[in-house]
Amino acid sequence: MDINDIRAWQTAILLISFVGIIFWAYSKRRKSSFDEAANLPFADEERHQATIKKENLS
Amino acid sequence: MESQTTYNYKVVRQFAIMTVVWGIVGMLVGVIVAAQLAFPDFALWDGISFLSYGRLRPLHTNAVIFAFGGSALFATSYYVVQRTSQARLFGGPLAAFTFWGWMAIIVLAAVTLPLGITSGKEYAELEWPIDLLIAVVWVSYAIVFFGTVATRKVKHIYVANWFFGAFILTIAVLHIVNSAFIPVSLTKGYSFYPGAIDAMVQWWYGHNAVGFFLTTAFLGMMYYFVPKQAGRPVYSYRLSVVHFWALISTYMWAGPHHLHYTALPDWAQSVGMVFSLILLAPSWGGMINGIMTLSGAWHKLRTDPVLKFLIVSLSFYGMSTFEGPMMSIKTVNALSHYTDWTVGHVHSGALGWVAMVSIGSLYYLIPRLFGRVQMFSMALVELHFWIATIGVVLYIAAMWIAGVMQGLMWRAVNADGTLTYSFIESVERTYPFYYVRLLGGAMFLTGMLLMAYNVWKTVGAGRTADADDAIPAPAAH
Repeated sequence: MDINDIRAWQTAILLISFVGIIFWAYSKRRKSSFDEAANLPFADEERHQATIKKENLS
Repeated sequence: MESQTTYNYKVVRQFAIMTVVWGIVGMLVGVIVAAQLAFPDFALWDGISFLSYGRLRPLHTNAVIFAFGGSALFATSYYVVQRTSQARLFGGPLAAFTFWGWMAIIVLAAVTLPLGITSGKEYAELEWPIDLLIAVVWVSYAIVFFGTVATRKVKHIYVANWFFGAFILTIAVLHIVNSAFIPVSLTKGYSFYPGAIDAMVQWWYGHNAVGFFLTTAFLGMMYYFVPKQAGRPVYSYRLSVVHFWALISTYMWAGPHHLHYTALPDWAQSVGMVFSLILLAPSWGGMINGIMTLSGAWHKLRTDPVLKFLIVSLSFYGMSTFEGPMMSIKTVNALSHYTDWTVGHVHSGALGWVAMVSIGSLYYLIPRLFGRVQMFSMALVELHFWIATIGVVLYIAAMWIAGVMQGLMWRAVNADGTLTYSFIESVERTYPFYYVRLLGGAMFLTGMLLMAYNVWKTVGAGRTADADDAIPAPAAH
């Protein structure tokens, strides 16, 4: 196989991967899971407060 | 039991404070080298080798990128990975080792670079023994970070951690490959790669230092602190996923645009240019995702200076990621390369984007790390924002005009084919712009000094722990 065949396949595979990622990310099935992930910055206030409280006591 | 898990905030605090300290040091050296260009005959640095421009300039770039930017990234990545993984930092004392190791590297850089001990590779000037120490600290950083991700108490790996993770992994690879030196003495090593290959490896490293250290990692910061400060989740998590994969797979190939019209093969230059142009899409995707997080809460921008820092940093990010692809076009590069336009472009990214997003994040982070609701003085934060913004605008506008003028003067030819201007004529015409640049840089530094005072007062106030309603008062001492 010529090296140019590999180059052509590489281009095709990368394009398919990119389109695949878009379809995966924008599929309806990912919605609830992504919503859950997107809210992670707001999900751990208790641990933060516990850390501050513990350190203030020491 | 689960609620008993506490976070390791000590190392975050250390890095956060040192970010401010190194920011002042690095930007002060920047102001000094800007003054040297504006007043080259000034007696203070005349004839003193370790104060010469050629030695201080790499000290400035290393200090602002790796000491200021690096500390900001250690602080925020350690904070974000703990909070979004709901797990304490992995590896126990290893996190403390990364702090002291990174500080030792910075001190070694601050000593060796003014002494003229340098490999001469841009953004990789440090000699091989320091490079070895960097590799050890960086691998430890990777163990702490990925160990924390692996021991997370939640199902998902939050998108910010993907960006931080890509940054840590890529910098390890870049640093190790580009630092392949053959040592001839303790303070001198020679690159393993010959000629044009060395140049290509260097700029593969150099541009990805921009792409992964100064972009991907700070996007990780953006994906946590913008939603937090705005009080709402990121505009589109789906877009953030596409943004991540598109950005990291494109950046790797943009390096050759630093070597247009050199001995690098023409096809490699074209690859670099094309990938740089493609980069506009993921860059703007990320910028839009960050700014649109404020959708429905735009009024907060009017009153919240922290949010102003974060959102204006994204505007500068959008501007410089438009400018960058444009400058990578060979015909544009023929005008811009080797001129002060490049310097303007870098600072639009480094001051406007990297520094402003870090400052905004720190203004969010520092009070929380010390058990306060907000900074000691929000009025000072507001003042800092305006001084910094005006400073950046003065800086980059001066360098744009200077750069385009230099490019046009250098390429001007008379009817008989001789050059219209000598080089020194272009230098002479640049002086007014060097004065404006010095002013802009000094303003940005002044803002950092205000920040240091504000941080000092915030931390000091935190110790009294009596005036804070949001935090339960300690029971006993």
